[in-house]
Amino acid sequence: MEEATVEQRCIAIIAKSKLIPEDSVTRDQTFDELAIDSLDKINISFEIEDTFNIQIPDDSIGSLKTVGDIVDGVIRLQHQAAVQLATPAI
Amino acid sequence: MKRVVITGMGCITPIGITVPEFEASLFAGRTGIAEFGILPEAVEGQNGIRFTRMASVTGFDPDQHLSTGVVTATNLTAQFAIVAARQAAEQSELMKHYAPEDIAVILGCSCGGRSSEEIETAKLYYRNARVHPLTVTRTMASAGGSHISIDLGITGPVLNISTACASSTHALGQAFHMIRSGVSEAAIAGGHEAPLTFGFLRAWDSMRVVSPTACRPFSADRDGMSLGEGAAMLVLESLDAALARNAPIFAEIVGFGMSADAHHITQPQSDGAALAMRKALKDAGASPDDVGYINAHGTGTQANDTVEAAAIHKVFGDRAAQIPVSSTKSLHGHSIGATGAVEAIATVLALHTGQLPFNAGVTTVDPTINLDIILNEPRPADPVRDIALSNSLAFGGLNAVVALKRYR
Repeated sequence: MEEATVEQRCIAIIAKSKLIPEDSVTRDQTFDELAIDSLDKINISFEIEDTFNIQIPDDSIGSLKTVGDIVDGVIRLQHQAAVQLATPAI
Repeated sequence: MKRVVITGMGCITPIGITVPEFEASLFAGRTGIAEFGILPEAVEGQNGIRFTRMASVTGFDPDQHLSTGVVTATNLTAQFAIVAARQAAEQSELMKHYAPEDIAVILGCSCGGRSSEEIETAKLYYRNARVHPLTVTRTMASAGGSHISIDLGITGPVLNISTACASSTHALGQAFHMIRSGVSEAAIAGGHEAPLTFGFLRAWDSMRVVSPTACRPFSADRDGMSLGEGAAMLVLESLDAALARNAPIFAEIVGFGMSADAHHITQPQSDGAALAMRKALKDAGASPDDVGYINAHGTGTQANDTVEAAAIHKVFGDRAAQIPVSSTKSLHGHSIGATGAVEAIATVLALHTGQLPFNAGVTTVDPTINLDIILNEPRPADPVRDIALSNSLAFGGLNAVVALKRYR
């Protein structure tokens, strides 16, 4: 999936979760700026996992600080999943 | 021991989402029991439920009152609770006059976040889908109390009591004891429920106690209860403190009685209900002759109304047939753990306004119960007998009765 598409979808999930317009969310914004608390983070992570069919490790959620962190994390996890699929099981 | 008075009330009910709206419907006899149509969860477009009416809250939009974070983290039951508590606290100016640590929140909620539990369990069981991460906070029965404490900044004791249909009357009684003894200076007491889910309605349908028409307590042709939802909250504090700060006083709580039938999980027994009423009167230092109104549990089932009438006869003897009695469930339905607090507000309004709400829906009063059921229109309250009882008789034989007194 294109990075721009991932970013757009992540922003849509965050905007929906906080009931704010999508155009008010940008990649460089922090969670503090968006008033995203720990419960929101868990909620958003759940929606992200469902949308992209990925599993965000528990220890990664704590280190997410910005919208960009989410986008980068999704791209990384998608890449890892693609590599695993391409590697035949022994 | 301190005298305890009610200085604020709030409610979200099927007959009004503020106390003034509720009061208008109560005395006009406007029912909230209505057809509910096909539920979104219905299998193959069929509810598969014998009954077609229930009492739903209409016109309540949580987004108008609560932040998105709170709406996301809560079930409708806690949303009802928070908004009703705000109404009560605002009316009494509770937070302006008491330190946060001196206030208690004592609630009754029996069903928890029922819809969240059902939806998430269905996803898991039938689609092996993941469970939403906020399911725990949405479903815990104590969530209402927690959110009220967070919302208003209350740091005193917060409790949730689960005794089925008596939950919020037990909560009111517990709060009364805490104020009277000085454990807390003030309290928000009440109850909340949002149990009108597909699974819950089907479960009640299987018990065959829900009316296929509409709840009409003490009617000869009564055929069951009508399920409801909502929240009701009352602010309690000592009379001395209320007078000192010139707070509005709507009624005094003078006694509370509790008992258990120790008999059967669904079949009530009159001895248990009678014991709770006697204990409430004794606690109030009152005699049966002082009682001018009984707001009955009156579910509209054959068993409850017959047994409750028998209990009233046991307590009041020859006077039983002269005491005005009504059940307001024919208007607001039976909201399980919340219903006792809803009926407590109805009883407070009766004492405060001097008019007794009538028992809607009755065709012919069941002649076997031999009670003075208030029919057709509100009746003026007895100017002398100024104590009213509000009865709650739960499944499992758990009984709670609060004695309220007109304040003048």
